[in-house]
Amino acid sequence: MLEFNNVTKRYADGTPAVKNLNLKIDKGEFVCFIGPSGCGKTTTMKMVNRLIDITEGDIRFDDKSINDQDPVELRRSIGYVIQQIGLMPHMTIKENIVLVGTLLKWSKEKKDQRARELLELVDLPEEYLDKYPHELSGGQQQRIGVLRALASNPPLILMDEPFGALDPITRDSLQEEFKKLQKELHKTIVFVTHDMDEALKLADRVVIMRDGEIVQADTPDEILRNPANEFVEEFLGKDRLIQGRPDVTTVGQIMEGCPVTVQTGTTLKEAISVMRDKHVDSLLVVDMDNTLQGFIDIESINLNYKKANHVEEVMEANIFSVAEESLLRDTVHKILRRGVKYVPVVNDAQQLTGIVTRATLANLVYDTIWGDGMELEEAAATAE
Amino acid sequence: MSILQDFLNYVGANSGYIMTQFFRHFLMAAYGVLFAAIISIPLGIFIAKYGRLSSWVLALGSIIQTIPALGAMAVIMIVMGLGTNTAIVTLALYSILPITQNTYVGMKDVDKTVIEAGYASGMTKFQLLRMVELPLAVSVIMAGLRTALVIGIGIVAIGAFIGAGGLGAIIVTGTNATDGTAIILAGAIPTALMAIIADFVLGWIERLLQPGNMKAL
Repeated sequence: MLEFNNVTKRYADGTPAVKNLNLKIDKGEFVCFIGPSGCGKTTTMKMVNRLIDITEGDIRFDDKSINDQDPVELRRSIGYVIQQIGLMPHMTIKENIVLVGTLLKWSKEKKDQRARELLELVDLPEEYLDKYPHELSGGQQQRIGVLRALASNPPLILMDEPFGALDPITRDSLQEEFKKLQKELHKTIVFVTHDMDEALKLADRVVIMRDGEIVQADTPDEILRNPANEFVEEFLGKDRLIQGRPDVTTVGQIMEGCPVTVQTGTTLKEAISVMRDKHVDSLLVVDMDNTLQGFIDIESINLNYKKANHVEEVMEANIFSVAEESLLRDTVHKILRRGVKYVPVVNDAQQLTGIVTRATLANLVYDTIWGDGMELEEAAATAE
Repeated sequence: MSILQDFLNYVGANSGYIMTQFFRHFLMAAYGVLFAAIISIPLGIFIAKYGRLSSWVLALGSIIQTIPALGAMAVIMIVMGLGTNTAIVTLALYSILPITQNTYVGMKDVDKTVIEAGYASGMTKFQLLRMVELPLAVSVIMAGLRTALVIGIGIVAIGAFIGAGGLGAIIVTGTNATDGTAIILAGAIPTALMAIIADFVLGWIERLLQPGNMKAL
C-alpha cells in the first residue's frame, strides 16, 4: 500500500530531518507516528502527498512512485486532516465537505448526495450543510475536517495531530468515533501525534521516531511489553508502563501459588476437615499428578453426604480454568462476567499451579489506585 | 447670511454646470483608481507570494505618496501636457500604495492553515488563488480601493490647475473672483459630499463582501 524506501529529507542547509527511513504500511492499517517535536514525524507524513519533497529515496503508493505522479492528482487521491482543521471560512459546510469533488468537477447532484451521505456518518443533522464553519463547535468542525478528507473516498488518509487542539472530552469521543469509522471504511491511516495515549488507543502499529529515525515500530502491546530502548521507555513514561502492566501481565504473574486441594480418593469426611482447617468453602480436586479434575464445595457435600463417600463422586468436573500464560486483562474480564469466586490456573499439562481469586484482583486494583510511587514500583517488580 | 444667499443663488443659476463638473470629477477619480487597481492588485498578489519584493515595492509606493500632489502633477504635465489624462495618471500613481498595500495585507492575512488544507486537497496554485485567497482577501482589497478613491477625489480637485476641469475648476474660479466665497463653496461642498458618499458606499460594499458572512466573529 505505502512503502518508504531509504527516504531521506535534508533541508537546504544540509541538516537532515528524516534519515534513511524504511517502512511498509499495509492496506487498512492504522499507523501512528509519534515522537518529540522535531523528530521528523510530520515531515515524513507530508512527504507522502508531496507537500514536502523527498531528497533521497522513494515512497511508493499503491506500487507507483509518488515522484512519477502529478502532485495535484496525487493530493486529490489522498485524504488530509490537520490539527488546525483549516475549513474554508467563506464556504458552507457542504462546500467544505465536497471540496475535492468540486476540484474533480463532480456534478451538483453527486456533490449534494455525497455531502449528505458523509454527514450521516458522523451523526450530524442535515441542516448543518448550509451552515458556515464558525457556527460549529471545535469538535464538530473537526468532524467536518475528517469528512472532507473522506469525500472522494481515498484509500489513504494522512492526519497531522487531528485531535490535538480539542478539549479532552471531545477528543476522546472523536477518537472513538474515528476508530469505529476507520474499521467500517477500512482506510489506511497515517496518523501523526505526540500524545502517547492516543497512539496506543488508536493505532494498529506505533512508529516511534527520534532525530529523523525510527526507534521502534510495533503494535501497542509489543511496545508496552518490550520497549526497544531507554528512550522508548522514557517516552512511554513510568506511569504508563506500570498502568500498561495489567495489559501485558500474565495470570501466572499474579496468581496465588498454593491453592487448597484434595486428591481424588479422599473421603468426604477428610475433605470437610480440610475445609475447616483452611477456612475455605470449596476445594479443588486433583489426581496423583496434580492434574486438575474438578472441584467440590460445601453445598454439594451437604447435599450428597449420605449417598457418597469419596470426593470424585460429588465433585463438579466441569470447571472453568485459565492457562498460566493467558493475559490478565482477558482473565479479569472472564472472572467478572461469569461471576465466579475464583479461577484455578493450570499449566500446559492441565496441572494445577495456582489460583486467582477475587481477593487477588482486589489487591491489584488497590495497588494501582492507592499505591504510591514506591508501592507501584514494588508491585511492578514483583509482577516481573 | 449673505454668503448663504449668494451660494444658493449661484447653485440655482449654475446647477447644470455644477452637475456636469460633479460627474466629470467623479469619473476622473474613478478612472484613476481603476487604472491603479489594474496594476496594483496583481502587484499586491505578486509581492504577497514573493515576500522578498514586498518591502521594496511598498517603500516605492510610500515614496510616491510623500511627493506633494501639486508637484507631481506639474512634473507629469511636462511630459503629458495639460488636461484630464495628466490628472488621471497622477491619481493612479497615488492610488498604487493603498491598493497594493491592502492587497498584500489581505493576501497575507489569509489563514495559513486554510491554504495548507486547500493545497493538500489538491488545488492548483490558480485554484487556490481563485477559490480561497481572493475570496478571503477581497474585503481588505475593497478597503484599499475605498481609501484610494477618497484620496483620489481630493487629488482630482487640484487637477483644475492643469486644466483637467471637475469641481476643482469651480473652486479655482471662486478664488479668482472678487468676493468669490459662494463660488468656492459651490465647488468645495460637492467635493466633500462626493468623498463622504464614496466612502459610505464602498464601505457598505466592503462589509457585503466579508467572507462567509463572518459578521458574527
